[in-house]
Amino acid sequence: MIYDWLVSPFIEFGFMRRALAGAWALAFGAAPLGVFLVLRRMSLMGDAMSHAILPGVAAGYLLAGLSLPAMMIGGVVTGLVVAFLAGLVARLTPLREDASFAAFYLISLGSGVLLVSLRGSNVDLLHVLFGTVLGLNDDALLLVTACASLTLVALAFVYRLLVAECLDPGFLRATGGGGSLVHMGFLALVVINLVAGFQVLGTLMVVGMMMLPAAAARFWVLSAAAQIVLACFIGLLASWTGLLVSYHLNLPASPAIILGAGLTYLISVVFGPQGGLLHTLKHYRRSAARPW
Amino acid sequence: MTAAIPAQGVSIELDDVCLGFKGRQVVRHVSGRFSPGSMTAIVGPNGAGKSTLIKGIMGVLKPSSGQVRVQGAQRNDLAWLPQAGELDRAFPITVLEMVAMGAWRRSGAWRRMTDDEMDRVHQALAMVGLKGSGHRIVGTLSGGQLQRVLFARLLMQDAQVLLLDEPFSAVDTHTTEELMHLLCRWHEQGRSVIAVLHDMDLVHEHFPRTLLLSGEVVAWGDTAQVLTRDNLRLARRLRDEHPA
Repeated sequence: MIYDWLVSPFIEFGFMRRALAGAWALAFGAAPLGVFLVLRRMSLMGDAMSHAILPGVAAGYLLAGLSLPAMMIGGVVTGLVVAFLAGLVARLTPLREDASFAAFYLISLGSGVLLVSLRGSNVDLLHVLFGTVLGLNDDALLLVTACASLTLVALAFVYRLLVAECLDPGFLRATGGGGSLVHMGFLALVVINLVAGFQVLGTLMVVGMMMLPAAAARFWVLSAAAQIVLACFIGLLASWTGLLVSYHLNLPASPAIILGAGLTYLISVVFGPQGGLLHTLKHYRRSAARPW
Repeated sequence: MTAAIPAQGVSIELDDVCLGFKGRQVVRHVSGRFSPGSMTAIVGPNGAGKSTLIKGIMGVLKPSSGQVRVQGAQRNDLAWLPQAGELDRAFPITVLEMVAMGAWRRSGAWRRMTDDEMDRVHQALAMVGLKGSGHRIVGTLSGGQLQRVLFARLLMQDAQVLLLDEPFSAVDTHTTEELMHLLCRWHEQGRSVIAVLHDMDLVHEHFPRTLLLSGEVVAWGDTAQVLTRDNLRLARRLRDEHPA
């Protein structure tokens, strides 16, 4: 019974194994980036970037149909352009970076949906927005695993610089660590992962794999390194359980995976020992019971 | 913890430097020289451009005109203690990790820290009175303890020129005295110390040289001659005429 529920779908069906491999690769690449986005209070930036890649993906689709390389190149280009322009506006004007990103991502979303509707059907739009995790081909699988590998290697190289950029950006610049370069490199990794992930979970859902495991991990462990490891594990678990629920209850797979991660987040908010609600309540009661 | 200071030392020359950001000019036409081994306080009213000038010297801000010349060392050989408010204290990093950042010039940002460098980190923590606190998370420290950690990172940088931006803000008197003692020791070793300060008693007592800034240079020289009533009044007037 347990075997039938938890393992058998992945043994019996190749598409389920591919879906699991794709979602796991995405979790390994996206979740560590999400940890840095959460720690840098840039959570909305991930959301903004996921919308920013849409017009590029749509332009690739308009020019070459459902061609993975064309859509990927388009997504990376528009994602990086939006990151650059939003950063530029934030540096040169009094507008803060989050507001600047929000403005550009709304423009991107509008243009993306317009471009898709110019040629595609509603079904195509749904594929771009919500992914086709159960229909991953070799190319898509290779792309997402290559991006995850690149991300992990790049993070290993720039980990300390990223930490310094978060904690004390002035120190990094003053010691010649290239603060702006590190920041742009990090945003490039975010864009690449979002583009790689849109085939798996869609442009709107992929950011869920980036942010939810990271936000959940923050409630269980303190150090950034431990949060990265835990966020990856939560991403893997959410992928596995999401696909199983989708298979057994005949539900769409991408939302099921994201809701799996969302459930883990809600559990973490309540039970997490690092600032979770129960922990905070206990602490509050203990303080209130003291006579002084 | 004590590097050999070259006989010629490191000097910093400012040549008609203008600095600003987001279209606002905060520092105007500053010229002058910080001599090797000098100990200079930068004082002035709020919004006078003191921190901006420090960032300009460190190369964090690019001058909109003029030049900052560091002679006898490279720009990133200078050590900088930023204002505590510029740090993201919520970032989960241990005291050890933060102090170890000061060794990057020697060990690089990628390589594993050697045992020698880790020993230096522990020594630096002991010198600032934080022995045994290495595994604490920075966010759990008090304001004074955080300043001590930043001083320990300065020690690790082992630089010939130290630039400190309000190093004693939100710090109790006892901690200020201890950290000031450290600064004086570094100065005695031949290092140049440049510090942004608000406490005039501290400036009079410990800093032979003072730069009074209020967007532009009001006076720069021996402390007793700079911190006159007239100069301070002029600094306030200039600030009112050119609010930041």
